[in-house]
Amino acid sequence: MALALQTFATVRDANAALKAQGTRYLGGGTLVVRAANEGDVAVSGLVRLTDPALSAIAVAAGKIRIGASVTMAAVARHPELGALAKAARAVGGPAVRNMATVGGNLFAPAPYGDFAVALLALDATITTDDGELPIEAFLSGRDSSRAIVTSVGFTLPKADGFRFLKVSRIKPKGVSVLSIAAVIEQAADGTVSSARIALGCMADRPVRAKAAEEALKGKTLDRNGIAPALAAAAEGTTPITDPIASAWYRAEVLPVHLGRLLLS
Amino acid sequence: MAKVPVQFTLNGSEKAEFIDSGTTLLNALRDKIGDTSPKGGCQQGTCGACSVIVDGELRLSCLTLAETCNGTAITTTSGLAEGGVLHPLQRAFLDTFATQCGFCTPGMIMAAKVLLDHTPNPSRDEVVEALSGNICRCTGYEPIIQAVLTAARANSQNAA
Repeated sequence: MALALQTFATVRDANAALKAQGTRYLGGGTLVVRAANEGDVAVSGLVRLTDPALSAIAVAAGKIRIGASVTMAAVARHPELGALAKAARAVGGPAVRNMATVGGNLFAPAPYGDFAVALLALDATITTDDGELPIEAFLSGRDSSRAIVTSVGFTLPKADGFRFLKVSRIKPKGVSVLSIAAVIEQAADGTVSSARIALGCMADRPVRAKAAEEALKGKTLDRNGIAPALAAAAEGTTPITDPIASAWYRAEVLPVHLGRLLLS
Repeated sequence: MAKVPVQFTLNGSEKAEFIDSGTTLLNALRDKIGDTSPKGGCQQGTCGACSVIVDGELRLSCLTLAETCNGTAITTTSGLAEGGVLHPLQRAFLDTFATQCGFCTPGMIMAAKVLLDHTPNPSRDEVVEALSGNICRCTGYEPIIQAVLTAARANSQNAA
């Protein structure tokens, strides 16, 4: 099936072209061309952007801004994004990482979207021509979102503050059973002062483990300290069932893997 | 639908074609240009059989639109042999019996070539990682990993 592809130099023109019915935005192609190949007749036209600003990574005073067209491979090899390399490398194989974009990952349905899980834990801000949105609000409204994501921004966590774990059955590359990202801050006495924990595959899109975050506050990161958080980890989640794992299995193993991540 | 022009370098020679807008690079290479070395396996980005090298980077040609490759240099497995002499990777795949049905082989060789271009002496783990986006249902992977390590050794001996 042929798809008419339109190429634009500016975000404004591309956003205008996206208003036509059946038109989707083409980033790396790993979601939308895949859908077209699978016979998704809802996709009849594609729009892409050549604006180089969307492919830029800017690091200044601990603040990171990653253009929406930046690939997972570019994040993984960037010298100042070492903390995020593990999350970027969790996506696909080498060829997929050369294509898949940061912006596209925000729209990837579970079991995909491991990098968006990392961005949720980092409390990223999502920028479109309509303005900026906190990632949580963006993810909950992504199905009706029409404006092209131009960049994501976040503050780089302190050394060792960011933790990421992807669980898959095939090594080194496989689809997620689940993924977990956490930004944990500890006071001088070692107790947790703040925690943001994001989960992949525990709903149709990345979600926060808010009950576990609350249960961690004031606790130390040892087996006893994290026990209440592990007990609360699956609270409020609606895990997916797919050929990789059932919802039941995902809910059962989540506390095990969260425990490993917190004690690592 | 109106045809659109595409132009790129394929294995060192200039190619120019008119294609339907939205044609994948895989279909353009196979059906328009006649290079059938990239294979259409899953069409989903899962199997890696369609892997080609675009401007030095491994890509899945089934998920890449040909129009987005204007002005690029593309390498496929059919361009590796020179003057009838097989590329060291192709030689190693034959010598170590790393190919059975052969369907995954061109994609495997592309993934391995990108690895060796950047990392001439890879570790076994690096080979496994480089091939992690390519699925083989025949060999159990071990002969393929050995083939890439053998080709790497052959390269370093030639260089020495």
